[in-house]
Amino acid sequence: MTLLEVKDLRKYYAIRRGLLQRRVGEVRAVDGVSFQIARGETLSLVGESGCGKTTVSRCIMRALDATSGEIRFAPGDAPPVDLVTLPRSRLRSVRRHMQMIFQDPHASLNPRMTVGDIIAEPLLVNNVGTAADRRDRVLQLLELVKLPRAAYSRFPHAFSGGQRQRVGIARALALDPKLIVADEPVSALDVSVQAQIVNLLLELQDRLGLSYLFVAHDLSVVKHMSDRVAVMYVGRIVEVAPTRRLFSKPRHPYTEALLSAVPKPDPRLRSERIVLQGEVADPADPPPGCAFHPRCPYAVDRCRVEVPELIETGDGHMARCHRVQELTLSGVG
Amino acid sequence: MSGALLSVQDLVVHFHQDEGILRALEGVSFEVHRGRTLGLVGESGCGKSVTARSILRIVDRPGRIVSGRINLDGRRGEPPIDLTALPANSRRMRAIRGGRIGLVFQEPMTSLSVNYTVGNQIAEVVREHQGLSRAAAHARAIELLRDVGIPRPERRVDEYPFQLSGGLRQRVMIAVALAGDPDILIADEPTTALDVTTQAQILNLMRRLQREKNLALILITHDMGVIAEMADEVAVMYLGRIVERGPVDQIFHAPRHPYTRLLLRSIPSVLAEPRTPLATISGSVPHPYQRPSGCPFHPRCPDHIPATCEAAMPAETATADGGCVRCYAAEHT
Amino acid sequence: MSVTVLTAEERISHATQLQLTWWRFRKHKVALVSGVIILLFYLVVVLADFLATSDPHATDARRSFIPPQAIHLFDDGKFRPHVYGLKGIRDPRTFRLRYAPDPERKLPIRFLGRGYDYNLLGLIPTNIHLFSVEDAGPVDGIFLLGTDQLGRDLWSRLIVATRISLSIGLAGVGVSLVLGVLLGGISGLYGGTVDTIIQRLIELLRSVPTIPLWMGLAASLPADWSVLQVYFAITLIISLIGWTDLARVVRGRFMALRTEDFILAAELAGASRGRIIFRHMLPSFFSHIIAATSLALPAMIISETSLSFLGLGLRPPAISWGILLQDAQSVQSLALAPWLLCSAVPVIVAILAFNFLGDGLRDAADPYG
Repeated sequence: MTLLEVKDLRKYYAIRRGLLQRRVGEVRAVDGVSFQIARGETLSLVGESGCGKTTVSRCIMRALDATSGEIRFAPGDAPPVDLVTLPRSRLRSVRRHMQMIFQDPHASLNPRMTVGDIIAEPLLVNNVGTAADRRDRVLQLLELVKLPRAAYSRFPHAFSGGQRQRVGIARALALDPKLIVADEPVSALDVSVQAQIVNLLLELQDRLGLSYLFVAHDLSVVKHMSDRVAVMYVGRIVEVAPTRRLFSKPRHPYTEALLSAVPKPDPRLRSERIVLQGEVADPADPPPGCAFHPRCPYAVDRCRVEVPELIETGDGHMARCHRVQELTLSGVG
Repeated sequence: MSGALLSVQDLVVHFHQDEGILRALEGVSFEVHRGRTLGLVGESGCGKSVTARSILRIVDRPGRIVSGRINLDGRRGEPPIDLTALPANSRRMRAIRGGRIGLVFQEPMTSLSVNYTVGNQIAEVVREHQGLSRAAAHARAIELLRDVGIPRPERRVDEYPFQLSGGLRQRVMIAVALAGDPDILIADEPTTALDVTTQAQILNLMRRLQREKNLALILITHDMGVIAEMADEVAVMYLGRIVERGPVDQIFHAPRHPYTRLLLRSIPSVLAEPRTPLATISGSVPHPYQRPSGCPFHPRCPDHIPATCEAAMPAETATADGGCVRCYAAEHT
Repeated sequence: MSVTVLTAEERISHATQLQLTWWRFRKHKVALVSGVIILLFYLVVVLADFLATSDPHATDARRSFIPPQAIHLFDDGKFRPHVYGLKGIRDPRTFRLRYAPDPERKLPIRFLGRGYDYNLLGLIPTNIHLFSVEDAGPVDGIFLLGTDQLGRDLWSRLIVATRISLSIGLAGVGVSLVLGVLLGGISGLYGGTVDTIIQRLIELLRSVPTIPLWMGLAASLPADWSVLQVYFAITLIISLIGWTDLARVVRGRFMALRTEDFILAAELAGASRGRIIFRHMLPSFFSHIIAATSLALPAMIISETSLSFLGLGLRPPAISWGILLQDAQSVQSLALAPWLLCSAVPVIVAILAFNFLGDGLRDAADPYG
């Protein structure tokens, strides 16, 4: 059953210049993104910086207002609500079903509140239970994320990055949400701590039936976390597929290049990699046709003029490439 | 091994702070050879960056080299120089810094000046170390920019760093590091701030330059994937000490130290099965002020030998393949 | 609850923002000493009349230009603090009357003795002073810092001036603070047009040179206003510029905080706007405001002092540091009574102390920075 359905989401920023702030153009940060997340599923949004993946997550959380499109969210049995048009007054009741885990565990916890107060805040502001109930719930959450009870009365500065991230996770779980949007939740952590958090997130999903929208740039972490993966390039999804298929049989040349570029932790696998030339296109001035064509080793004339559509190739695998049927691309693992 | 270009022996660096003495390095030894890459790998606080800064004698106050030697082989048959004996701001040290040893930082935006053009910054180093005329230095700057794969270097030479993308800035940073025609290049997390496709470009570039110029490369990173791709020899650091050093294949396929073994198992890999939990190292890296007694890894170590590991730091034991390991448990097996 | 001994680490884990700030501030010795000095200054403000030895307004031609007196602690080897009486000597060449101590007459100092009437803390009528001299004749008395031309005791005047100058600074900062936090907060929180208007207003105010602005405003105060009315008017005038700095600090902090992850987290949790402002935003720059305030205070004090010195601020019979300095400015006074320059000392000490304290607070304010 679909928990979240994003349809043709767009977020444009106006470029204004001059004294009168005249609109001289726009940056298409997100340019027609569509995907669904089923209950209990993890979808990862991957891509390089500036591809629009964070903007998508912020639009879903309504931290940003989308320019157009639909974000249909169905946390209960009631018909889905559209988060793009939902009035702010009704936002609070919906938001308790979706929470966020942030990238930087140092910036996402108020240093002036105790861990207990931080985790209890969503309960408090939504008037859940009495003070004693909330305390019990916070202690239960601390146990869930494997923090000692003693953490309750301490301040965030007493904790390491990994422990703070656990506090952030506990806060996100406080209201029993259905959807967790995790924006690069492990990329600021040390390697050995990263593994602990990845495992915790997997375990919590199994225990609580959560759905994750996992926003990341690190394909290795993505592979450990996701059921399906969506690859973004310059504001658009270029490929979506179940994790194993996407990694082993990518259908879009950009995905192939990304996978090839990831350093493999085995010196015996050193091989000639596909190294993309040039730079990511500027979303304020994207090239005509397929945005990837200037860097694409397989580009043909058609790619330079015609924008490709997302084409389904079977088994939930879709790629935005004119040559999707003819190319055989190599993956990893 | 003889013929080392640079040999660091038993380097100890302390930071005397109000809160106490921060023991950043507690006896670090390694050698660097022409045309070869040494990878220094470890988690935050292990002392890998302090090692690089000590070699260049740019340790921030109140850090101080307490003991140890850093011997740099003399050019043209001159006797070796002990860098620890030179005053940090002496003319000889300045000639070595940038002249014999080049440095590439993680974040090029903070190490390049915003007020000067790219060309001026490279030309300045060229003039400082090679005494060329202004015009010759400018020409050399263009040549260096071409060397590091910057398209249209004649135009780029007059641009300012903020006009360049992250990848191009890192190339400029490498050009600055090469401007003094060094024998040794130290790269401190050179690709951490970059996207994966740009990272692949920069790693390729460094490999090519190393081959062309027969450089000794010290690559500092926390990313085991980058190490596997790049290094010939690897030194794994933990809390101010090298716990294991050896050829890259041995480190990845026959690690001797439990920390190396666990670190390798805990890193997510694109080669893994989707949705599999990772092996973890319990706990987190202790704060440097609270360094555990004996072997500092013992509280997290699965092979911990009671009453032995916490008593004293194990000595460095040489291994057959020219590496070394510091572990009581490794000696037994 | 049982008493547990906390280890250093435990102590730090449970430390609140205030404790962490205090621990850092404590290391800043100069700021700590400055803090104590400022506390002493404000103690003087509270207890001014109690510390004064004679009525600061009482004039007496016979006491004109008495030099500072020395206090003698022992008499015949016993602890009996006293001052010498004064005898007038006529200078044989200039025929001016000069005063010299008369070692024959010892005037014992009495602690908690009686003097002129005043209201302690503005409430309790009393005439008890910290110390006074018994059996004071017309020219006898205790003049620690001498007297001025009109025979008023400089020590007592300085004490009372301290009360006015420091409290006017405090009141000025108070007004600036309210205006600054309010307007800066609105500017930073709402942004857009409101922000633009407030920012342009600040730029406009700051572009007017301060001294002419004050001079113009102060000159327009009606001459028949009472001392109290002038006092409040001057407070408003000097805080007119002061609030702009604070407003900028507050706006900047709000702008920076708006994009912080923990603010977004609170918003996503469903926290109301008021809760986000008062629970999350304000506490994180409260310490900055305190530091900014203690740095703004010396500017206020200087403003009042310079205005009064120029004759545009407070006017006699009010007593402030500026007015005392005005008394000391004539060459004649300086030649005859150099002790009048003493009034510059508390100004300098107070300004320095406030600056050091402000610096220390600012450094300590961000224990997470």
